[in-house]
Amino acid sequence: MPTAIEFFKLLPKTNCKDCGQPTCLAFAMLLSNQKAKIEDCPHVKQEAKETLAEASAPPVKTVDVGGIKMGGETVLYRHERRFNNPIAYALTVSDSLDSVAIAERVAYIKSLAFDRVGMIFKADMASIRNDSGDAENFARAVKDVCSAWDGPIVIESTDAACIEAAVKATDRKPLIYGADKDRLEAYVNIAKENKCPLALICDGPEGAVELVEAAEKMGFQDIILDLSAQNLKETLEEQTIVRRAAIKKKFKPFAYPMMNKVGSGEYAVATAVMSTLKYGSLVIFDDLKNYEALPLFTLRQNIYTDPQVPIQVKQDLYPIGNPDEHSPIMFTTNFSLTYFTVRADIEKSKIPVWLQIVNTEGLSVLTAYSAGKFEPERIADAFAESGVLSKSDGPVIIPGLVTRISGKLQELIGRKVVVGTNESRDIPKHLRELTSQ
Amino acid sequence: MTDLPPVNEKYTGTIGEVVLGKGDYIVGGAKGMPFLSFEHRTNRRPIVAGEVYDTLVDYPELAANMFDGRQKDPVEWAYMWKTLGVDMICVRLASLDPAKGGTTPEAAAELVKKISDKTGLPIIVSGCGILDIDIPAFTAISAAVTDSRLILSKVDEDEYKKLATVAIANNHVIIGFANLDVNLSKQMNILLTDFGVKKENILTDPLMAPLGMGLDYSYSVNERIRISGLMGDKMLQQPLICDCTDSWNVSDAINEEDPSLGDARLRATWWEAMTAMSAIVSGADMVIMRGPGAADMVLGYCDELRDVI
Ligand code: SF4
Repeated sequence: MPTAIEFFKLLPKTNCKDCGQPTCLAFAMLLSNQKAKIEDCPHVKQEAKETLAEASAPPVKTVDVGGIKMGGETVLYRHERRFNNPIAYALTVSDSLDSVAIAERVAYIKSLAFDRVGMIFKADMASIRNDSGDAENFARAVKDVCSAWDGPIVIESTDAACIEAAVKATDRKPLIYGADKDRLEAYVNIAKENKCPLALICDGPEGAVELVEAAEKMGFQDIILDLSAQNLKETLEEQTIVRRAAIKKKFKPFAYPMMNKVGSGEYAVATAVMSTLKYGSLVIFDDLKNYEALPLFTLRQNIYTDPQVPIQVKQDLYPIGNPDEHSPIMFTTNFSLTYFTVRADIEKSKIPVWLQIVNTEGLSVLTAYSAGKFEPERIADAFAESGVLSKSDGPVIIPGLVTRISGKLQELIGRKVVVGTNESRDIPKHLRELTSQ
Repeated sequence: MTDLPPVNEKYTGTIGEVVLGKGDYIVGGAKGMPFLSFEHRTNRRPIVAGEVYDTLVDYPELAANMFDGRQKDPVEWAYMWKTLGVDMICVRLASLDPAKGGTTPEAAAELVKKISDKTGLPIIVSGCGILDIDIPAFTAISAAVTDSRLILSKVDEDEYKKLATVAIANNHVIIGFANLDVNLSKQMNILLTDFGVKKENILTDPLMAPLGMGLDYSYSVNERIRISGLMGDKMLQQPLICDCTDSWNVSDAINEEDPSLGDARLRATWWEAMTAMSAIVSGADMVIMRGPGAADMVLGYCDELRDVI
């Protein structure tokens, strides 16, 4: 983003106030803070506008793929700022399947969805692949998929006539995969005409420069780059080179999201992991199993969280669901993930609970215990500080993993301690049993 | 066609090197971010350690089932790891805890010596977590194993002097632990070097939180430590050791009740493998693994990612 002074230089400097600001300088300051748009000044010259647009463009373009935003990143490391647009995962659907088989395949893709503490982790896209080589059949397959699948789609073919037929078969804007050097002109024309994003199948970063510049020359910019990395190392190195050049050198030909086609099986998943860690925006799998999908989707969630969220919650008493003077008292550590997991599981039970958080310096239950930071004295002190024991005469539940300190804790707080569950996810069942007694 | 701009970073710092075992394993030495050969060519890859316990109390059955019964004898178990191709063994002496068997320091030392002799690999020794019990055991072990440099795991800022004394006495390596905190990692290195531990004998454990349980924090802490070290911060240049075994305690990884999540053993294996991949890409110089499948994947990927000159 240019500075206020750089903006100011390009303004007419007449202080005419038509933008609603007292001076051009005041307007320039708003521009540099992204609180105004250059269009708000009716007198700025066209060439100045272009210079500004160029200078203030994000280093990586955001490309809309059927409603999923790809790219738009501004940093190389997530500790600098949150990564903006999570990588998407697609599974292929072959057009050699009949309509019934396609419905089954789409049902399978939909089954890769997991409810995780209030978040849905799922496969994002279906990628219809033109194995038949037949345009009419390809269009039929696209229709079949679209009748069962609401999400965005990719269409894969090496034949422009087939791509054209598939694009016409749906009112969605599929990602077209993809144009290599030979197909570039024909595919860019189809993509432009139908307002679809297009994947460029490039021979590494150098090949990408050539293809991107050719596509841009045709006035086309809705580009996703496939660098055709052959293995993990190329995926890591080439995607790093491209993203570094885009962000640190503002190298225009690399200002686009990147994708990978990975096949299926162990190595495919490993490549997807690498792309998730290092700057990928889309991975297309031939297949993905549920035991691969859950960890991969979890990884994506982890990498795209906001790094500024603190890792510790405050030592305090947290009432969950209006607890009263007989509600159970639970306690755990102040590691934010422990807290959020336990809290979510208590909420699931629908039973009101007093949840006491003990400051363990951000360690989870077992780690805190073995580091001597989840001792009975510390827990009793937290109880005394919040006065929870005078707020409820309900049972005090100790995390199952630290049962061995229940005797000492009982002594210190002068109340009977009930042994809870080892796993947070068993809390609802345990709470229900406990309160029904 | 426009030429590619150069994107190599010019780092001024180098990550320290730590010599392990009989001098046949070296960890560290990085001059750039992991595996980027266009920036720094090296054929050294992260070191992979396989974990064994001296008692199966509290060891998850899902993992135990993968070792064909050999997990019942820690020496055999360690040897199995060697045949799988790992570089190192991590021996966890949980049974030092009186509640889990109360093994004597002498018996613990004998076990570690046997594992060292049988495998010929470098050893990481970790105690039961109760300092008063661990120190005599570490003392006996470090005196018993003299032909191989051990890694003693691990100390924090509250209590490091006793174990550091043991490490210094026999020239073994020590791990400074800091809980997901870059400043604390630095502080640990300062405390240990001030106390007299040589830099070439210190590893940093930044706490590798597993996938779904804080990996996001660990990933960024690793990157920040590594970048600071490469930029020249001399107190953040110790090789990083990342323990990935906690993956087997994440309920999503090991859930055997929900069929929609698929095979638990394969899922847990991926859980640990993805945790380890995140570790090595963010800067880990050494990983500790529980599952043989996950360890095998990481070994293979490390071999591929490094640059063989
Ligand atoms: S409208 Fe344009 S020229 Fe007029 S004051 Fe605002 S910035 Fe200056």
